[in-house]
Amino acid sequence: MTTPFNRHKNILEFALSSLLRRKAKNLSLLGLYSLIVFILASLIFFVHALKQEAAFILRNAPEMVVQRQLAGRHDLIPLDYLTKIRAIRGVESVTPRFWGYYYDPVFRANYTIMVPDEKPLAPGETIIGCGVARVQRIAAGDIVTFRSHTNVPILLNVREILSPESELVASDLILMSRQDFQEMFNLPRGQATDLSVTVTNPDELTTVAIKIAELFPGARPILRSEMLSTYDSLFDWRGGMITMILLSAILSFVIFACDKSSGLSAEERKEIGILKSIGWNTPDILLLKFWEGIAISLSAFMVGSILAYLHVFLFSAPFFASALKGWSVLYPEFRLVPAINAYQLAILFFLSVFPYTAATILPSWLAATVEPDAAMRS
Amino acid sequence: MRKSSTFLLFMAFCILVLATFSLHAHFSSAGGMNNRRYRAQLVQELGLTDLCLFTEARYTRHLSMADNHSAFQDHPVSLEHFPSGALTMPRQFR
Amino acid sequence: MIRLSSVTKTYNSGKPNQFTAVDNISTEIKAKGMTVFKGPSGSGKTTLLSLIGCMIRPSSGRISLHGIPTTFSPGSGTNDAFDVTSLPETFLTEIRRTTFGFIFQQFNLIRGISVLENILLPTYPTGENHASSRKRGVELLEMFDMGRHAASKVDVLSGGEMQRVAITRALINNPLIIVADEPTAHLDSRLSLDFMKIAAELKAAGKTILIASHDPLVYDSEIADTVIEMRDGRIIGSGQGS
Repeated sequence: MTTPFNRHKNILEFALSSLLRRKAKNLSLLGLYSLIVFILASLIFFVHALKQEAAFILRNAPEMVVQRQLAGRHDLIPLDYLTKIRAIRGVESVTPRFWGYYYDPVFRANYTIMVPDEKPLAPGETIIGCGVARVQRIAAGDIVTFRSHTNVPILLNVREILSPESELVASDLILMSRQDFQEMFNLPRGQATDLSVTVTNPDELTTVAIKIAELFPGARPILRSEMLSTYDSLFDWRGGMITMILLSAILSFVIFACDKSSGLSAEERKEIGILKSIGWNTPDILLLKFWEGIAISLSAFMVGSILAYLHVFLFSAPFFASALKGWSVLYPEFRLVPAINAYQLAILFFLSVFPYTAATILPSWLAATVEPDAAMRS
Repeated sequence: MRKSSTFLLFMAFCILVLATFSLHAHFSSAGGMNNRRYRAQLVQELGLTDLCLFTEARYTRHLSMADNHSAFQDHPVSLEHFPSGALTMPRQFR
Repeated sequence: MIRLSSVTKTYNSGKPNQFTAVDNISTEIKAKGMTVFKGPSGSGKTTLLSLIGCMIRPSSGRISLHGIPTTFSPGSGTNDAFDVTSLPETFLTEIRRTTFGFIFQQFNLIRGISVLENILLPTYPTGENHASSRKRGVELLEMFDMGRHAASKVDVLSGGEMQRVAITRALINNPLIIVADEPTAHLDSRLSLDFMKIAAELKAAGKTILIASHDPLVYDSEIADTVIEMRDGRIIGSGQGS
């Protein structure tokens, strides 16, 4: 019994036989192709999961943070601003934030030092993030030493180490009391790092921000929506390393397609002539080329995507670690919650499968229309 | 077994694996939500504004608090100074 | 019977290199016999076989099949003519696949794949179930004493073995008409005689055999029923075989 399925399967059989005749070349091609798809798919998975993470957890970030700039530099903000900002209609509360950076010369790591507003700490004690504990190899109950502004060591007792689940937001965090913070950095009295503002009606956030900017020309209000949009454009395709990866991938696809479309060899033409002479017609030849293209490109897409998923969500993207880590000494250890961006994956599918398959079919079109008796004359 | 049968089975297997991954992503997000909620709570309690991804420099550590000038405060050509500067951009101010 | 009525084939018509390969040929070819077309190179034998085998269309004239069942005509037991000249390409391909089996001068086997797969190639686009076509292929190979080479690549075969594979491939779709173009051109006399023995067996099995050859071993063979002599695209003589 003849069926269209049998026809496709038979022609697929010969397509695979043809590919296996040049085993080394086609396996190398498959390997390279899969690698390109793997890199791109890993990026897609990683970036999407990270953006989803950021979108969820940063929706609890402060509604507005007011910074002060002086001569183009981020400067401390006077606490006098509190009263005036609090007086603006629509403002519910204004809280000063005390935070800064500390460079540890021993371990060459940067930490973020913060004074928590809700659950303040007692002087002499600290809560640290997992990354800090890892770098300094300390545990809860240990004493940690920092240098104050007078170069005098400050000894703090590690009350607690934040749990590993907090690494993505608090890996480098060191929480301490207001007094210890002051001792460390000797902030001028009556000043804070910046201010956290909450409003009664979230719809009026922008209006309040404009009023603050008008009231204090040197102030720079940062809205929560802007904090979130920062992470929307994280690893943006238009930026630096990602552009290079994307360009390399596109160039690779173009090279593969050009190689296929550069024309058939004499041997391939002769084979098509033979097939035509033994009863294959033009659609059959094109179907053969279609399956040859699909066999390579679809396999590469499948293998690359599967490995990418395992790479990102099972092994936490070790191949990206060195790029992401850069020159950081402290790098958070985290496992992303799996998330698949179907839209971008579909784009990758079309990018990896269709051009290559088309490039396989098109050069054969002319040869496929040759008269069947050509083989009689060869 | 014919080569075509092997290939088709392999494709079916891959599709099955990808479908399983989709389900895995869907259902494990439910399990991961607890950890996410904990992180969200921490963000709220401490008033955090950024993920802790790049601790190389202050303008890479707190991306949403930085702007294009922040880099230059550290070094005249700081924008290209750190590798993560090639991956990220500070917030675009209005 | 295959009837050719004023069949002409001209290549590059209207161009400076216009060439008439077959010039106004009218003849009838009996079914279930062996017809040999003899003549020097360039006499039009190959072109005539291509025309009869529905590989190309004539520039003018008609070719019709009488009493030969095809996919589109009952044929058998009737004298109805089935004109293949003006059929659409799809139908022509179908007739070429099922009614004709071709044996080429250079054998035209695909290197790098097995003997069995070479033989089954004509069945692939028909959508036939692989198990049944494979069974048929193996049986045919056994018939030609090539069963042990089923899994071998054609690259390792001798000339005679490749000839047998080419014949088996031509028979895989059980065609009624076998078309062979210079089948003994690359064979020594022993193998050429082997080929003629096979041709005799096929003729005895009821096949119509058409051979183009300038080998005396073929056109002087007593197995040939009719010998048609050609020169410059025309038939210059036709007679019974010796």
